[in-house]
Amino acid sequence: MALQNPTPSEYIQHHLTNLTYGYHPENGWSFAHGAKEASEMGFMAIHVDTMAWSVGLGILFCWLFRVGAKAAHAGVPTGVLNFVELMVEFVDKSVKETFHGKSNLIAPLALTICCWIFLMNLMDLVPVDLVPYLFMIAGVEYMKIVPTTDVNATLGMSIGVFLLIIFYSIKIKGVGGFVGELTLQPFGKWMIPFNFLLEGVGLIAKPISLALRLFGNLYAGELIFILIALLPFYLQWFLSVPWAIFHILVIVLQAFIFMMLTIVYLSMAHEHH
Amino acid sequence: MNLNLTLIGQLIAFTIFVIFCMKYVWPPISGALAERQKKIAEGLDAADKAARELENAKSQIEDELKQARTQVTELLEQANKRSSQIVEEAQDKARAEAEKIMASAQAQIAQDAAQAREALRADVAKLAVVGAERVLGATVDQAAHKKLLAELADEL
Repeated sequence: MALQNPTPSEYIQHHLTNLTYGYHPENGWSFAHGAKEASEMGFMAIHVDTMAWSVGLGILFCWLFRVGAKAAHAGVPTGVLNFVELMVEFVDKSVKETFHGKSNLIAPLALTICCWIFLMNLMDLVPVDLVPYLFMIAGVEYMKIVPTTDVNATLGMSIGVFLLIIFYSIKIKGVGGFVGELTLQPFGKWMIPFNFLLEGVGLIAKPISLALRLFGNLYAGELIFILIALLPFYLQWFLSVPWAIFHILVIVLQAFIFMMLTIVYLSMAHEHH
Repeated sequence: MNLNLTLIGQLIAFTIFVIFCMKYVWPPISGALAERQKKIAEGLDAADKAARELENAKSQIEDELKQARTQVTELLEQANKRSSQIVEEAQDKARAEAEKIMASAQAQIAQDAAQAREALRADVAKLAVVGAERVLGATVDQAAHKKLLAELADEL
């Protein structure tokens, strides 16, 4: 169970393992003890920590903005409303600059992405050992608190965006228009397979790059925090403080990039080429 | 890095949060923002209008002041004219009065002088008679010398 005097690689491995619940070929439905069992579970498993933290933070976001929305009025704004309006206006401006169609979905989508990803990224600034340690005292073996360091979380969101891209492409251009866009350019109808390969890769690359960019940045950041945590305690602050300060920039930037690229992809789906 | 059900769970959670945001968060806030924008625009318009009205009122005040000033000047001029007229009239009257008084005084003087002369003449005639009587030692017959006396009196 809990590691006594782990070697550095055990320590890192421990910190990078999700709390997994799933169907194990031998043990049936159970929590996985270790990364090996988790990978043996295959697809029929769920990262409980990722889900719990991300849903919890999503509810925090919804609650905060719902409070703002309930307080919204045309008078002088105060308190939470100020912050909520700031975010809404910022997102609204970003959407209007990029997306010129009319849509009731894209702005709220962008707002959700921006705030939710930011909150999930923010968990990266919580000291790496604190929460896992507390959970270990409570008897929970693994606890990864940054959902965006789980590729499932980022892929889940980017697949949502991908479905929306396809939905809007078909809605705006029709099935024929969408298929035509995939096959008839850039080289005309005599090169349909080649065109399809090119455009298909371009299309698939959108969600993949979206997910992996966010995941990679946060995973790397987390890993560096973990490596810093391996240093003697009197040296840690010397590296973790600058890295945390730099990371503040990264977590905001990654949330913003995910949002902007979503808007860009969806506005591309709305345009005829 | 296992891909597993978490992916689908995240997709569902994401969808729910987006729908929640779309239904319950975005519309009230953006509505309030739009309304505030409208209110501010209206306020600015009203301020512009008020400024224009102020400008109008100022120019009106200017006009009225100018009018009042010209009126005052006119009135002053009139008053000046009137006063000088009154002064002139008074002067005329006074001059006439003075002339009248002077004329009557002169007439009086002339009359007094004539009376005095008359009296003196009579006295002289008498004195002449008395003188002649003293000289002649006799009474001059008044009647006899009446003609002579009259001549004498005339000569005086």
